[in-house]
Amino acid sequence: MAWLTPGSIAATWRQPDSVTADNLVEISGLHFRRSGRPIFSGLDLGIRRGSITAIMGPSGTGKTTLLRMITGQLRPEAGTVTVAGQNVAALSRSALFDLRRRMGMLFQNSALLTDLDVFENIAFPVRENTRLPDALIRHVVLTKLNSVGLRGAADLMPAELSGGMARRVAMARAMVLDPELLLYDEPFSGLDPISLGVVLRLIRLNNDALGLTSIVVSHDVAEISHIADHCIVISEGRVIASGAPTELAASPSELVRQFMAGAADGPVPFHYPAPDYAEQLLGAGR
Amino acid sequence: MTLALQLWGGLLESLRKLGAVILFLLAILRQCPAALARPRLISQQVRNSGVLSLVIIMTSAFFVGMVIGLQGYDSLSRLRQEDLLGAGVALTLFRELGPVVTALLFAGRAGTALASEIGLMRATDQLAAMEVMAIDPIRRIIAPRFVGAVISVPLLTAVFNAVGILGAWFIGVRVMGVDNGAFWSQMQEFIDPEDIFEGVLKSFVFGVTAGLVAVYEGYNSLPTAEGVGMATTRTVVTTSILVLVLDYLITAYLL
Repeated sequence: MAWLTPGSIAATWRQPDSVTADNLVEISGLHFRRSGRPIFSGLDLGIRRGSITAIMGPSGTGKTTLLRMITGQLRPEAGTVTVAGQNVAALSRSALFDLRRRMGMLFQNSALLTDLDVFENIAFPVRENTRLPDALIRHVVLTKLNSVGLRGAADLMPAELSGGMARRVAMARAMVLDPELLLYDEPFSGLDPISLGVVLRLIRLNNDALGLTSIVVSHDVAEISHIADHCIVISEGRVIASGAPTELAASPSELVRQFMAGAADGPVPFHYPAPDYAEQLLGAGR
Repeated sequence: MTLALQLWGGLLESLRKLGAVILFLLAILRQCPAALARPRLISQQVRNSGVLSLVIIMTSAFFVGMVIGLQGYDSLSRLRQEDLLGAGVALTLFRELGPVVTALLFAGRAGTALASEIGLMRATDQLAAMEVMAIDPIRRIIAPRFVGAVISVPLLTAVFNAVGILGAWFIGVRVMGVDNGAFWSQMQEFIDPEDIFEGVLKSFVFGVTAGLVAVYEGYNSLPTAEGVGMATTRTVVTTSILVLVLDYLITAYLL
């Protein structure tokens, strides 16, 4: 099953996305623990070239960890993460850096270099990774800044930017080397509705205009559903559902429906496991 | 038995950390040629670590010099050997106080700034972002700061010595009335190249120590506000202890 078709959610339930030649990223049998706690227990998924894939799931399910494994910042205990046909964990440092030049990543807190202005932040990966002359770098940076609507903010320092502007600058920086794969870690968190709309639009526009493959980790189900071609829901270390956003909303799984609808209670309970309320109130200690 | 196990565990942990520090130093040294090939990055760090430390170094040096001048004059005058004040002050500063106090002040002023800067870069994902941009943070961030510290500490030590001698001269000659010619000529007479060498060697070793501790603690700090604070504190404490221990070892070896 290379890709989901409308109405196939029942068939995809608890089945991994298949690994095909059309996938830019392929993950199979991934196992990873942090502080003894299992994060992934046999995760399988594939990310199709040219698509926008949303990765969703309850907090703490390892969505950001997954992005860090795709970029080679973390190594799996078992299983493979393959990007553009290369097993990321098996690459030498220089080969990994070569692969990373084909990727861009937008961090949740933008991660702009605080001692450089907006222009230099975007020029930074170009200066460090190429020997392009300054005139060409200026051209590239202004083009990218213009594409995110911030050409006029080139001289501002990161501390002078709003959250939405910082996110757009980080997006321009992530795109400046014209990557094949763009990873977004919670790109909408903390944004006002206007900034959120701008970022949402830019993700779609950039993906289509530049022929990128985008992976968006997000909790904002409603927003990401507008632009994602494909959604993957992860819980307890595995893919529990995948498909188009409309398909997931109609999932037979209560957990998936709870997540897509943002319901406070359901298979993921509102209350963290605790002793009986009355006994605790009347008892000693905390 | 429990105590023995705890001691053993502590020893293993110390050895693990020592190994980690040595590996980190080797990683920095591997990237030093690339850092040195970009003198603008180095000069920026020499400015941040060295030039911006000048005020505290010069102020401290002047007062340290005045104290040595006063104490020296008091001691020497009991032996009617006030003319040796210049030589005594210079020997004390060149061989011991100059390198040691400069390194301690450097750890407090520039070492903490380095550790907190790098720690904050870690906490705000700036280092992770560099990794993803295929830029080695050791090459771009750590090595230039380390080299900047190694260059700065000996230069600051020279400034400390010069200003310290001026402080001692002010107290000895201008206030206490030691003969100006005797102050300088005795200094010239008694100071050997070995004394200068000892000071230069110590300041270089202390520069490596202060720079390495600061960048190591910052790079390995926990990505939280508390983690950055702890890294800053550890930078001062570790550098101070190491400088004093190394000072004794170098002195014992050279004497």
